[in-house]
Amino acid sequence: MPDSDTLAFTDRPAGSVGVVTPHVARFDTPLALACGKVLPAYELIYETYGTLNFDRSNAVLICHALSGHHHAAGYHSEEDRKPGWWDAHIGPGKAIDTNRFFVVSLNNLGGCHGSTGPVSHNPDTGRQWGPEFPMVTVSDWVASQARLADHLGIERWAAAVGGSLGGMQVMQWTMTYPERVANAVVIAATPRLSAQNIAFNEVARQAIRSDPEFFDGWYAEHDTVPKRGLKLARMVGHITYLSEDAMGSKFGRDLRSDDLNFGFDVEFQVESYLRYQGDTFSTAFDANTYLLMTKALDYFDPSATQGGDLAKALAPAQCPFLIVSFTTDWRFPPSRSRELVDALIRAGKAVSYANIDSPHGHDAFLLSEPRYDAIFSAFMNRAAGELNLAEAGKDEASEDATSSEETP
Amino acid sequence: MMRADLELIYDWVPEGAHVLDLACGDGELLETLANNKGVTGYGLEIDHDGINACVARGVSVIEHNLDDGLSSFCDNSYDQVIMTQALQALRRPDRMLDEMLRVAEEGIITFPNFAYWRHRVHLGLRGYMPVSKSLPHAWYDTPNIHLSTFNDFEHLCREKGLMIVDRAVGVGDHQGHWKSRLWPNLFGEIAIFRVRRR
Repeated sequence: MPDSDTLAFTDRPAGSVGVVTPHVARFDTPLALACGKVLPAYELIYETYGTLNFDRSNAVLICHALSGHHHAAGYHSEEDRKPGWWDAHIGPGKAIDTNRFFVVSLNNLGGCHGSTGPVSHNPDTGRQWGPEFPMVTVSDWVASQARLADHLGIERWAAAVGGSLGGMQVMQWTMTYPERVANAVVIAATPRLSAQNIAFNEVARQAIRSDPEFFDGWYAEHDTVPKRGLKLARMVGHITYLSEDAMGSKFGRDLRSDDLNFGFDVEFQVESYLRYQGDTFSTAFDANTYLLMTKALDYFDPSATQGGDLAKALAPAQCPFLIVSFTTDWRFPPSRSRELVDALIRAGKAVSYANIDSPHGHDAFLLSEPRYDAIFSAFMNRAAGELNLAEAGKDEASEDATSSEETP
Repeated sequence: MMRADLELIYDWVPEGAHVLDLACGDGELLETLANNKGVTGYGLEIDHDGINACVARGVSVIEHNLDDGLSSFCDNSYDQVIMTQALQALRRPDRMLDEMLRVAEEGIITFPNFAYWRHRVHLGLRGYMPVSKSLPHAWYDTPNIHLSTFNDFEHLCREKGLMIVDRAVGVGDHQGHWKSRLWPNLFGEIAIFRVRRR
């Protein structure tokens, strides 16, 4: 069996990894969490793209953001119209070039896309975990990801890569397991949330928790979903993902019909858009997971244990970093990335930083932009060169083929 | 083969030094210094292609506008700060000089010498703003807003009480012609200074 999940697409779109199938890994060793609780066993759902080489030195870990999941690239079927959430950057010839790298993308613990989380069955109580699922932190995620790496026989990631909350996981990797990360890419992230960031998260949480259908998190047992709360949470979140300019140019003050109707139904296009985003999300995402993920964001602050000194917290890191921010991102603005860059410089780490011009706000990290693509590719190509990774089908192709037979 | 002024700077950077290279371009100097002399440090650059080239060759580069100062860099955190061909494009070159010598004890600075004889011919005889290899722009679109001469810079250093450890000139691709050593303000196209705080 090939160790890549990618199967041949009859007419695979250029630069796509094609059709992918997720895997589930089960872990029966208890995981002690930062909150003091212990998760006795858990499962992680993940996808892989590309081929693991003989030395297992070409693996790249993708860490997802708040509402992300394991499906980062390719399609789940040939009829599937939307590719994975980071298809812009993962695939043959793209920044994370699957001709060279073996990409691992998982759904984090506490998620609602197949990894153990609030919607999973709690063996101790016989009911769904629901609101009793323990609070997980960025360090907990990284610890669980390290076990996934062990499971796949990957001792050291060629690169750990992530945007937003994913970038925080990458930072944590370089501090907790410095010897297991050869390169780190942190995009549109922050070393800790600002009061304003936490405030927005709290509004989202209150929207969910005050929904009468929330039932203190036991909505599943009442056969319902706090749809209104989730919708509001997503709407408020979505505003912070876009820039004022992006919203302005996308919707302006355009009306859905020709005249004002002096009522509270949808009138402006932007209202319609937000309601649509909220509605879609409210049926696709679990409310308890959303609460957990926003708390993980709020809690992340590696400098806290070092008296606020981020450089000290980053001291264990060993790998070169690429930090990228976007000019119109006001959720995690360039100044926050620069904070991280300055701390890395003070700590004497190898770091490069680019602030990319983009009108798309925080969401820019998901999209393709020539300068973003170029610097991301340049960093990854240098990483591949330093690790002596050959392109699939060239030089070491025969070795690659053998190695694929023995992968777990 | 590096640019003439970079060749000279290369010799002035000690083995194993920790340096900050302001306007590091494509990172060639830092890479050469790292490979041959074990030099560590960072480059600052705003040119997108330059930043990409640095990343591609594994040179640590930070996108940074020098007009924003060096406030994020601690006092005495580097052995040397290098700034090649950027002084003349800064809003306040004098303040940058202060900043450089706050961050490191020694600074290396290169800039186009406005008093170079060809420039004088352009302006003095023909009555036009000089355009040359070292000053390739037209007056209206030049990034070089603070042009100065070899003498001007020496004067500024004296005013600031800085010690000039070394000075040299580059003439086109060749540096150190006897005439330029004797009369640098007239025959030096590129001014190269190594200064220290006292």
